[in-house]
Amino acid sequence: MKPETRNRLIAVGAILVAGAALAWIAFGNIGDNLVYYWKPSEMVAQGEKAYGATVRLGGVVVPGSVVWNPEHTSLSFQVADTHAPTAVRVTVKSEQTPPQMFREGIGVVVEGSFQSDQVFRTNRLMVNHSNEYRAPTDGGMPDDVMKSLSQADPQKT
Amino acid sequence: MPSWAPLAALVVVVGLIVLHLAVRSTRTWVWKVLTGLGSLMLVALVYFGLFWAPPEAFMSDVGRIIYVHVPFVWMCMLAFTVNVGAALAYLFKKSWRTDALAESSAEVGVFFGATGVLMGSIWARPTWGVWWDWDPRLISTTVMLLVYVGYLAFRSFTEDPERRAAWSAAAAILGYVSLPITWFSVQWWNSLHQRQSGSGTMDKPIRVVYFWGAVSFLTFLFVFIVKRYEIARARQTGALELPPLEAPKGQVTT
Repeated sequence: MKPETRNRLIAVGAILVAGAALAWIAFGNIGDNLVYYWKPSEMVAQGEKAYGATVRLGGVVVPGSVVWNPEHTSLSFQVADTHAPTAVRVTVKSEQTPPQMFREGIGVVVEGSFQSDQVFRTNRLMVNHSNEYRAPTDGGMPDDVMKSLSQADPQKT
Repeated sequence: MPSWAPLAALVVVVGLIVLHLAVRSTRTWVWKVLTGLGSLMLVALVYFGLFWAPPEAFMSDVGRIIYVHVPFVWMCMLAFTVNVGAALAYLFKKSWRTDALAESSAEVGVFFGATGVLMGSIWARPTWGVWWDWDPRLISTTVMLLVYVGYLAFRSFTEDPERRAAWSAAAAILGYVSLPITWFSVQWWNSLHQRQSGSGTMDKPIRVVYFWGAVSFLTFLFVFIVKRYEIARARQTGALELPPLEAPKGQVTT
């Protein structure tokens, strides 16, 4: 075989393998098995199977549900699938100071375990920023935002 | 900054790149012009990004890192696209030039990608609350960078230049699969990382500076690849081979 022919065969072979691999990942069911986090409805739908295992739960913090006690660093809030009032909710409890970005209505991913008392206890709370980047709505806001962030008091923000 | 500024800059930069590629005699000076232009654009980016653009409503000043984090990863992906293009070109028509281009674009891409991930990690700490988490976007980006580090390692371990060129080109085609997976990871799977922004999710002043940043780093991407390509070509022609350490007989070394 001439080297040119061999190289072209290598190219065609590599393209075929690469295309097949990509198609398998894009259109196969691999996504069903690779789950970074469960939404509250998905976790609750597992029933008793969800209890005890270390999993991640992701959703939005339900407005009005955040209770933060800075003296005992105990935090409690509800996570819902979406902002819809009828969305499934799960109560989350944490013993850590939340990240500065934590606030009502923002997306969160928490790592921990769901217990039979229907409370999700976490020791790793992450805030999930959306893909929206907005200018502050009024001119004087940036400094206020900075202050409220550095106080890390989600109840007031 | 007027909203047409990034597009105007892009036209100038792409025009210069095309000039460099099309007219051989301009290759001695176009990269210098682009280096100067890129440096000026970078100074402007510092001003527009840090002072002119408003702070982000939730993230405040922390959100300004988007002006460098996203362009760096874009440049990484652009470099890997040049890499796979050069690899295909080599396999269909053998040329040491396309082999040199594949090598240089992969290396420059790894630089931009690794730096972009580092800045992403710095951004993650104040926003997500953690430096790192194994979410689909972070996993796929890490895998992509490791694939190209492996590609470069493969190249440096293979002695025979023809074998190196052909088989690394095949590896480049296979490795490129990691790029669409990285790009679509935020859409295919639940992730901590946000999805791509569109014009509807980004306020105008933020968006304009964001594209300005992308054009600024495009100039550096081009200059880095050109300079790295020249090194690769010099190596191929033996110009960078070091002379033997042993002095020829009869000569006194000082």
